[in-house]
Amino acid sequence: MEKLRYALFTGCTAKESTPEQMMSTMAVANKLGIELIELTEASCCGASHLQDYDDFLSLVLNARNIAYAEKHGLTMVTICNTCQLNSAMTKHRLDNNAELKAKVNAKLGEVGLEYKGTSQVIHFLYAIIDDFGLDKIKEMVVKPLSQFNIAPFYGCHNIRPSELQNETHKKAENPYNPTSLDDLIIACGGVNVDYTEKNKCCGFHAELQAPRTAAILTGNAVAGAMDANADWMVTPCPLCHLKLDTQTHHASVAIGREVSLPVLHMQQMLGLALGCTNEELGLKHHVTKVDFI
Amino acid sequence: MGTHKITTQDVTFKVFRFNADEDYLPYYKEYNMEVTSEEVVLDILNRIKWDHDGSFSYRRSCRHGICGACAIKVNGRSTLACKESMKDMIELFGNEIILEPLSIKRAVKDMIIDKADFWEKHAKVQPFLVSEIDENPEAEHLVSPEEVENLMDADLCIQCGACHYACPVVEINDDFMGPAAFAAAYRFEADVRDEAGTSRLSEVNQEFQGVWDCVKCFECQEACPKDVNPIEKITKLHNMIFAKAVATNNVATRHAVGFKHSIAKHGLLDEGELVRYSEGNIGVLKHVPVAIKMFTKGKIVLPWNMPKSKNLDEIKKLVKSSSTAKF
Repeated sequence: MEKLRYALFTGCTAKESTPEQMMSTMAVANKLGIELIELTEASCCGASHLQDYDDFLSLVLNARNIAYAEKHGLTMVTICNTCQLNSAMTKHRLDNNAELKAKVNAKLGEVGLEYKGTSQVIHFLYAIIDDFGLDKIKEMVVKPLSQFNIAPFYGCHNIRPSELQNETHKKAENPYNPTSLDDLIIACGGVNVDYTEKNKCCGFHAELQAPRTAAILTGNAVAGAMDANADWMVTPCPLCHLKLDTQTHHASVAIGREVSLPVLHMQQMLGLALGCTNEELGLKHHVTKVDFI
Repeated sequence: MGTHKITTQDVTFKVFRFNADEDYLPYYKEYNMEVTSEEVVLDILNRIKWDHDGSFSYRRSCRHGICGACAIKVNGRSTLACKESMKDMIELFGNEIILEPLSIKRAVKDMIIDKADFWEKHAKVQPFLVSEIDENPEAEHLVSPEEVENLMDADLCIQCGACHYACPVVEINDDFMGPAAFAAAYRFEADVRDEAGTSRLSEVNQEFQGVWDCVKCFECQEACPKDVNPIEKITKLHNMIFAKAVATNNVATRHAVGFKHSIAKHGLLDEGELVRYSEGNIGVLKHVPVAIKMFTKGKIVLPWNMPKSKNLDEIKKLVKSSSTAKF
């Protein structure tokens, strides 16, 4: 197989509040022989909030990020569900609206850039599943996670809206019955746990404006995984991770029940199975201690 | 005749049963049936009532996806029973199908719920054209096709409640108006004939009940059987709230604006500064305990170490030239 190469859009949290996500992404890519070329020019995607204030500016900034991936002639890989949504939604809107695309390009032209629409935008989870292949992952697993019940937490923006599903991966994920993360858990040798909240919202985006709502959603998610007998949770989204890992105190108070589980990034889970060290995966950067290894 | 072939499958239906007048708790009753590939979910509801238990209750009327009466949940997925093919449901969820009302906590009898909260919230947004009608007009009031397009299909809503009861915030926060009310608000705000001024926007701008409490989960978009796409309208309302100067200076609006400030300065988002800017210097204090825990784990970047995007001058220039909103 030809070496897989992607343009990596890290997003902001990988550089700030979830350093372990960046570390584990690079460690896993290294193990799998995937080359990730970091788009150091990229800006914040606006996290689905900038668009509430200034939709056009949000489009221009996301189009600029994709334009840099296009310059490399590579597919853009994201490692955050919300970055994925904002980038893929921008692409969807510009590729289906020539007038809007021209308006955005008029702005990008001022800084010598152009959005062409030639690069795909996919989350790293789907790059691994679709391009690398789970069969090959299975062959490469050196430390199968067979002792663990693992609760997948999908994160809204990778599975909804379904209008983007066919554009971002080969096997369209159904938001009501997603399977990608379960498949990855199984490929890593783990036992995938089924629970109601696995495809529900963690509340991250309303944390400041509606703290009680956000805390209850977080609490419900962790409680659901605990009740399904999970040893830990895994998520492809660093924003979900922040909520589930750092906010369990508020969540426990909000739902009136002590809830807490270690939460791993999907890259960390894969890294463990592939034999990466705890240091490489940044496991010490978790607020809820990763106490099972 | 063509080659179309009707197939059948054995399905176990676990059906929510509850009678608020007699039962303390709801229960699930199982019905095993042979289902044909031609049937829709409503056919199953009918067969339960006609063949198994005459007391089984549900709402139905038009049978054509227009009246919105038969919305229920199939394996947790909001759906119009008359529109949803059983074949698709079996493909998606397998041969065990769970039928529940849209909202379990609002169940009255079996699939029937009390939708009072939905209608109250709907009424709050003045879901009608606010306009002084000239009783003796001298000319037609023409609305151009482009102006109609601006409604973005928000007028297709049939008030079935599928999105409202799929919304996790509605489930938690009794005051939250919900996606259907917001879509209705947008439908009339976007109408060129409307003269409601800022009254409707002010209603949806209120903290705890309005658009700012949306968690952006996209459940409403998935749930809508008419492709109204309520979350798209919620974003539009956010934009209108800023554009028409209805926005008040609070944590929610500062949170949206804060992204622009941060991007203009660093390219990337300064997470700590966003929280401080949104909450204010006093409000930010409640985040200190979590921030300390995060700091000890190396999850907080101090201001002087804040990373910046390469070619930041491009970003600064674009923020300046492409900004369309003011606040």
